[in-house]
Amino acid sequence: MKKYWQMFSVFFRIGAFTLGGGYSMIPLIQKEVVEKKRWLSEKDFIDTLAVAQSAPGVMAVNTAIFVGYKLKGLKGSIVTTLGCALPSFIIILLVAMVFTDIKDNEIVNRVFKGIRPVVVALIVTPLWNMSKAAGINWKTVIIPVGVALIIWLTGASPVIFIVLAITGGILFGLIRTRKKKNI
Amino acid sequence: MELYLQLFISFFKIGLFGFGGGYAIISLIQHEILSNEWITQSELTDIIAISQMTPGPIGINSATYVGYAATGSVWGAAVATFAVILPSFIIMITVCRFLVILEGNKYLEFALQGLRPTVIGLIGAAALLLMNSQNFIDYKSVILFIAALILSVKFKAHPILLIIGAGIAGFLLY
Repeated sequence: MKKYWQMFSVFFRIGAFTLGGGYSMIPLIQKEVVEKKRWLSEKDFIDTLAVAQSAPGVMAVNTAIFVGYKLKGLKGSIVTTLGCALPSFIIILLVAMVFTDIKDNEIVNRVFKGIRPVVVALIVTPLWNMSKAAGINWKTVIIPVGVALIIWLTGASPVIFIVLAITGGILFGLIRTRKKKNI
Repeated sequence: MELYLQLFISFFKIGLFGFGGGYAIISLIQHEILSNEWITQSELTDIIAISQMTPGPIGINSATYVGYAATGSVWGAAVATFAVILPSFIIMITVCRFLVILEGNKYLEFALQGLRPTVIGLIGAAALLLMNSQNFIDYKSVILFIAALILSVKFKAHPILLIIGAGIAGFLLY
């Protein structure tokens, strides 16, 4: 029982104290899970991150599920997931309750008029580095540009492109390895 | 009841196909909320800003917010949040059980190679869809956008600082 409580409180802290989510959560997860509690070795942690990143969904939640399952099976993963998601749930619920009431307030309105274009800039920011990391060149740039334009102009579902990307990636990979074998 | 089911299905889909982290998930959320008219594009932009300044990932935050806004009830928030986590749960538990098969799996590597450029496209789409007349109301919006982009790309300014600065600028300019 004590172990479950520890697992819950560690992931509750991870959920509660990492502003912005995503990659900003990794250092805290590492500190708590690897260095302090020694629930995972450094190598296991890196493997966990690799899986949590490649799987769909929220990375921090994926990590929580993985660590919980390694420690205490299914029950453990439920405990860590709850711990990780609960702080955002509570905070956003409070925000939503207040915000749906005050969003027509004149001052709030002015503040958010300034914030909205900046949010768009924040979303554009990682595109350049991500493109470099993904090895995008003048030939492959057609994929992200095409996907972005089609979704933007036609309102097509992103799900279609994700399914296409997975099947396309596998087919392309298989064809390439087969070609190499023939040579 | 139907609304709750629709919320569940939409956020389950978002959780299931949400590859590539927070900003890529926005594109999926956009598609679902636009076809259901749960919240407006500018409200979605506000949630992203709030997400950056509060703890927790965008996926969870937006599920909780949209669930509440669509139903006006805590249960709506709970259903949407549960739905966005459930696919992760099923997938991660399966992966944990069969990890041996997954490590160095060439099919997974191929799939990820296909996903990487696509995810960049999804983020691009999210940005393009948010460049609308609700978010860009006049030339001042364009100036704020360009200034933030330069500060963020060139000077690696922290997102929270940029949002706070933008809020103050908005208060003074409008």
